[in-house]
Parts: sequence; structure tokens; C-alpha cells
Amino acid sequence: MPRYAHQWLLIAAAFATVILMLVLPLLLILHQAFAHGLAPVMEALTSNDMGHAIRLTVVVALITVPVNLVFGILLAWCVTRFEFRGRKLLTTLIDIPFAMSPVVAGLCYLVVYGSQGLLGGWLADIDVQLMFALPGMVMVTIFVSCPYVARVLIPLMQSQGPEEEEAAVLMGASGWQVFWYVTLPKIRWALLYGVILTNARAVGEFGAVSVVSGLIRGETLTLPLLIQMLHEDYNTVGAFTAAGLLAAMALVTLLLKTVLEWRQRV
Amino acid sequence: MRVLLTAVLLSLASLGTAQQTLLNSSYDIARELFAAINPKFQEHWKAETGEDVTIKQSHAGSSKQARAILQGLKADVVTFNQVTDVNVLHDLGNLIPADWNQRLPNNSSPYYSTTAFLVRKGNPKNIQGWADLARDNVDVVFPNPKTSGNGRYTYLAAWMSAVERFDGDEEKVKDYMARFLSNVSVFDSGGRAATVTFAEREIGDVLISFESEVNNIRKEYGTGDYEVVVPKTSVLAEFPVTVVDKVVDEKGTRKVATAYLDYLYSEEIQRLLASFNYRVHNEKVVEETADRFPPVKLLKVEDYFGSWEKVTDQHFASGGILDKLQAQARSLR
Amino acid sequence: MTALLRTRHSVLPGFTLSFSLSVLFICLVILLPLSGLAVHVSGMGWDTYWNVITDPRSIASFKVTVLSAAGASVINAIVGLLLAWVITRYRFPGRRLMEALVDLPFALPTAVAGLTLAALFADNGWLGQWFSLAGIQVSYTWVGIMIAMSFTSLPFVVRAVQPVLEDLTPDLEEAAATLGASPLASFRKVILAQVMPALLTGTGLAFTRSLGEYGGVIFIAGNLPYETEIVSLLVNIRLEEYDFAAASALASIILLASLVLLFGIQGLQARLVKRWHGL
Repeated sequence: MPRYAHQWLLIAAAFATVILMLVLPLLLILHQAFAHGLAPVMEALTSNDMGHAIRLTVVVALITVPVNLVFGILLAWCVTRFEFRGRKLLTTLIDIPFAMSPVVAGLCYLVVYGSQGLLGGWLADIDVQLMFALPGMVMVTIFVSCPYVARVLIPLMQSQGPEEEEAAVLMGASGWQVFWYVTLPKIRWALLYGVILTNARAVGEFGAVSVVSGLIRGETLTLPLLIQMLHEDYNTVGAFTAAGLLAAMALVTLLLKTVLEWRQRV
Repeated sequence: MRVLLTAVLLSLASLGTAQQTLLNSSYDIARELFAAINPKFQEHWKAETGEDVTIKQSHAGSSKQARAILQGLKADVVTFNQVTDVNVLHDLGNLIPADWNQRLPNNSSPYYSTTAFLVRKGNPKNIQGWADLARDNVDVVFPNPKTSGNGRYTYLAAWMSAVERFDGDEEKVKDYMARFLSNVSVFDSGGRAATVTFAEREIGDVLISFESEVNNIRKEYGTGDYEVVVPKTSVLAEFPVTVVDKVVDEKGTRKVATAYLDYLYSEEIQRLLASFNYRVHNEKVVEETADRFPPVKLLKVEDYFGSWEKVTDQHFASGGILDKLQAQARSLR
Repeated sequence: MTALLRTRHSVLPGFTLSFSLSVLFICLVILLPLSGLAVHVSGMGWDTYWNVITDPRSIASFKVTVLSAAGASVINAIVGLLLAWVITRYRFPGRRLMEALVDLPFALPTAVAGLTLAALFADNGWLGQWFSLAGIQVSYTWVGIMIAMSFTSLPFVVRAVQPVLEDLTPDLEEAAATLGASPLASFRKVILAQVMPALLTGTGLAFTRSLGEYGGVIFIAGNLPYETEIVSLLVNIRLEEYDFAAASALASIILLASLVLLFGIQGLQARLVKRWHGL
């Protein structure tokens, strides 16, 4: 416990900041959603558009997370277990999606895969539509959320070193066995952590997805896009209900994250 | 590997595209309107042919919509608020024929409207016409003319009414326009965002939008808080519609798409349109609703600027008159 | 072929598999779309490119973006340091909760943040009404942009500074205190000096993130050309005007700035780590 007045003052200042900047927005979401009681919220939750947006958001996350999980493991394995030329370059390239404005990312995909784009013309000829449909939305979501798993795994696997895996190989274990019985148990919590972060980003992506979505009601609106739509439909309760769903997801993410961090420390 | 990839892509691409689905790509503030029209058409089509049809809607600024269609959004019909945005579908993508606006009556515009003002209760700033909007103490909200058809109509209406007032003296017109633009406090990218800014965030003294929209806002947010002012002169805003030939031929939906647009001219829908405060052509409906639409001298863009192409080139292109006025307006703030 | 790249042999399997799949993924997902943008920009010619990015409206949007991001970073440096300090140094009820909540901006979708902040700081909002009483308008001004940016990038500073503070033993502070230094002086001379590199790194990351922020900002920014128009929004507007070239050109500037910052920060970090271990 702090002993001096100035310490309590600092703690009070920290609490005030957290409440003003972080807690108040969360309360506001609840307040706005339930401004007219429970009934409009239930109505908003059971509407077709909301149902579809929830399903679509889940589908996008269900495709994105496994893809990025596999990629993250492969990349981390590659850069932490081997020494080769260009290793630094690989770890730097993977940071690009963090540095890039999501809108610009969406634009990049549109420029390449849109029907007037570099590959898009050819794709249109064979009747494949990527942009303004599910595939395009999944593609940009994979892009914006691909660094998380790798970023979490690389420092951990680096610090663990390759000795245990090497011992297992020398004792005759196959590559798959090494990964499954030696590496995975050591990294599983970090892996889960990476998955949680990837999922949070995939579910909440707005800028990149809005560029390639086409905003078709009941077809290409994810929850974040639906928020904007409903907000502009004068449907404040609906918008904040959708926002509340995403905020709940965010809180669950934080909870899981805290639990995992605690586990890692022990 | 490539075969597999193609197969996956194809199966993903085919998700969600059922048979007999129309996608109507529309302007931002038509959301409630088509939510009301679509079920009626579905019934009508079922009665007529026995077939079911699903209609999906996409709403955003109409220029943004046109861009999405050019980039591959498979819209069967477009219902826009601006001729230029339909024209680009021909000019930049060759998706429709050049004479698209001759295919349906009234230049392919089943309904029309004009630009009007929504002011706060009691009209505290006493705003009656376009001239008042350039006064120093007035804060104006309307959508960005660069991204919104709605905003372009507002800009053009202000310009044309100034031409009328100043007898075509271009210096005075430009001076007025700069002062008018310097009063803009928020430029949202679409009509609906501007509405939210004005009504929910309580920014600005006057919102400029379509007559239909300002009346609907009054209905949505309570008639006591706002008043509608329809200026004596304003712009004729047409709402052009067309099927997107390339898409309907590909999807085999030409018949139902054409029927959908024809249906917009039927008496039933014209009455529905009037109830959403759009002005319509059907004479019977016009008579019935005459008291709700005050007479306005409607100025035609073509009469003042020659053609929509000219307007776009001279006013809205990068480095055009609008950009210059914006820079001038900035120095007046 | 991949064997040529390897500089040291390892007994572990899976190099070819993990290396080639990683490279394939990076090429397809990251580099191909980026090169699409590059091709688009290179096709427009230097003069046009120059005209687009030196257009007064573009310059104004760069200014708005950079200044707001800088303001947000300063706020974050102060607030972040405070939070990191309190969380690592003191034990008090609610500390765990505070630590968990710090990451909220990363977990909360930016659209939700934007919508909520806009409502919170509107003139009739919970916080906005107090600001407007004081005569400060937040929503639809650069102040609002700055607040939105500092919200979305708050965790960077806390997370960068926290581990350094945890590693700092209280010995030095106590030594300084016994030598008669005031708490403030010992903080400034002993702690701030050691924390500075991490603080700069975190602030730099926050700044980079703020430069590209879109969803969190557009709801609260007034989107007024020359005044409250951020670059990401201008990119979107150019897109909506069918002006792909201009959109790409503007996008390339932001991208370039972000990449330079990112590499700079990584370089700084590498140097610091080296120094750390060299000691």
C-alpha cells in the first residue's frame, strides 16, 4: 500500500484518467442502447440485418483466425529455429499491416482485385468475384490481422531456444512429433493469446472492410459496418446495441488476455 | 494447387448469390423509401408471374456507389440522385448504353425533388432563402459536393439562385458562393451523415438537403423541434434510374429488373413516393397531394450550365471552381 | 534451393516447408497488394504525383493529421507514463482491473470507439457539455480528432514503459532519496532517464498508429476541408471521386511515413537492446 499523500494523488489521477477515457465510453454504450428499455434492444438483436451481420462477422473471423494461426506458427518456426539470409527482412515485412492505414490496405486490394484492377479483369473473365463479396472481406481481414500470432510467438520462441527440439530430433522424433509434443506445450498459452488478439481485430475491422464491402444490406455488412448504417438510419438504439455486442466481445478479450498473462507469469 | 485454389475461390464467390435476386444500388438517404417499395414489388411480381424475387439494397453516396459498380459490384439496377453518376457507368465502364435516359419516361426519372432547408424551432436566424445563407452569423450543414449528389445539388442551387439575383454577374456570384461555403461547419460525405450531424449532434443553424429528406427528418425527430423552409427558387433534382445492362445480361435478371423500374411509375408507388415527400409525375397523385408541395421555381442545371458534363469539368473536377471557392472560403473564416 | 539461404545448419526439420509457405503468404497477402498500389502510383508520372501531394488541400490534411497525431502522442506519453508508473509501483485495490482496462482501445473495434467518443463529446454529450460550457468545442474540431487518436493508441506507451519500470530496482531511487534528493528530482534524474528510450518507442508507435487511424476518427472529425480533414479521409474522398491516382498518391505518402517511422523505431530498439546487453 502506498504510504505518502502524493502517491495516493497519483493513483487517484490514474483512476480518473481510466474512468474518463475508458470506462465512461463503455457506460455510454449501455446507456444509449437501453435508453428506451429492454424491448427495443431485443427487437434490434432479432432483426434480420443484425442476425446476418453477426453470422457474417463470425464467418469472417472463423476463416481469418485459422489461416493466420497457421501462418504465424510457420513464420515463427522459420525465423526462430533457423538462421538464414533475409531473416530480419521477413520479421520486418510482417509488421507492415500494423503500420498501414486500414483504408489504404483496402484500397491496395481494390486496385489489384477490383474489376478494373491488375488481376481483377482476368478474374472477372473467369467469373470470379472477390471484391464486394465475402472473399474480398476475408482477404483484407487476413491482411490487417496477420501479424498478431507471429508477433506474440517470435519473442517467446526466441527466448526458449531450439535445444529441446534438437534433442527430440536426435532421439528420433519426426518433425510432426517434435512440434506436437515438444514445441506446442511450450507455446500454447502464447498461441492462445495471439488467437485472441487476431480474433478481436478480425471481428472489429472497419476501415479496410468498408472499402471492399459494397455495403449490401443482409449480404456484406459486418457488425462494425452495420453500426455506421444503423447510426445513419436514425436507429440509435440499434447502433449502440451492435456496438454493445462488440464491446462485450472486447471485454471478454480483455478478460481472457488477463487470465493468460497471469498464467504465463506463474 | 492452383485447381484447388480456384475451386475454393469459386465456391466462396458463389456463396450468397441465390437465383432471382436483384441488387438495387441506391443513394444514401433512400433507405426508408426502398424498404417500403421492395415488399410491394415482391407481392406485385408474385401476383404477376408466380415467381419469388429477393431484393437487396446498398446505400451510400451515389458517386461512391457508381465507383463500386465500376469495380465489380454486381448491381442489377441503380436508383441514383444524379445524372452524372449514371453517366460514368457508360463513360468509364461501358456497362450501359449512352442513351440510357431515353429508355423510361421523364428522362428515366420516376420522381423528382428539390433542395430545401431545415431550421431549428422558430427559425431563430430568420432564414428564408439562399441569400440568407451567406450571412456572417449563419452556420450551414450540407454534405460534401465532391462525394454526394445531394451536396452537388445544394451547391448548384445556391449558384443558380445567385445568378438569378445578381443577373448573371459572375464576380458577385463567386463572392456569394465563397461566403456561403465559409459558413459550412461540417462537410459529411453523405446526406444521412449530415442529417445526424444537424439533428443529433445539434451542429449548425440550417441543414440543406432534399425536400423529401428534410420533411422526413421532421417526422423522425419530432415536428416540434424543426421547421421546413422551402426557398422560392431552387434546383430541379431528378432521380434517374436504369438497369445495368452488363450485369442483368450476365445474371439473366433483365426481365425482373426492368419490371422493377417500370413499377416505380405505377400509381401505387407514385402515391407511396409522394408520402415520402418526393414530387411525382402521375397527374392523379399530383392533384391529391398538391397542398403538401409548395410551388417553387425549379431551375434546371442544363439551362444554366449547358450540360452535366460541363458542370463536372468546370466545377467539381480537382482544381475546379469548387476547389478555388473552398480555398477562398477558408480565408474568410 | 532454400538450402542456399541457410547460414548455419540445424538438425531441426521443416525449414523448406515453413520458409516457403511464409514467403508465399507474405508475397500474396502483403507484397502483391502493396505492389498494386506502387504500380498505380508509378503510372501517373512525377508531375501529377507532385501536384496531388502539394495541393493546398492535401497539405492542409497532412498538417491536420500530423499535428493531431503529435498532440495525441504527447497526451499519451504523459498519461501512459502515469498509468504505467501507478500500475507497476503501487499496490492498491482495483490495480488488476486498471491494468486490464488499459488494453481496451486495442480490443474495442475502432468504429465502436468512434461512435461512442462522438456521442460522448458532442455538445449535448456527457463530457461535451462541460467542454462547451468552458467554451471549447470538441466534436468536429481538431481537438476531437486528437482525443480520438489518443484513445485508440493509448496502450502503446503503457505497454512499452511498463516492462522497463518493472525491471528498475528501487535501489537507485532509495540511494537518491538518502542523498537528500527530493522525490521529484530523483524521479526526473534517475527514473525518467532510464525510461526515456522505452517512452520514446511507445510514443513513436502511438504516433504511427495515429497517422493511419480512420474508424476512430471519422465519426468525431468534422470532415471540413482544410480544417478537420485527415489524410485517410481525403484518400477515401478521392476514391469516391473516381480519382484512384490521387488516392494512391496520398496513400503512398502516409504509407511511406509509417514505414520510415516503423523502421526507425525498430532500429532504435535494436541499438538500445545492444547497449543494454553491452553493459
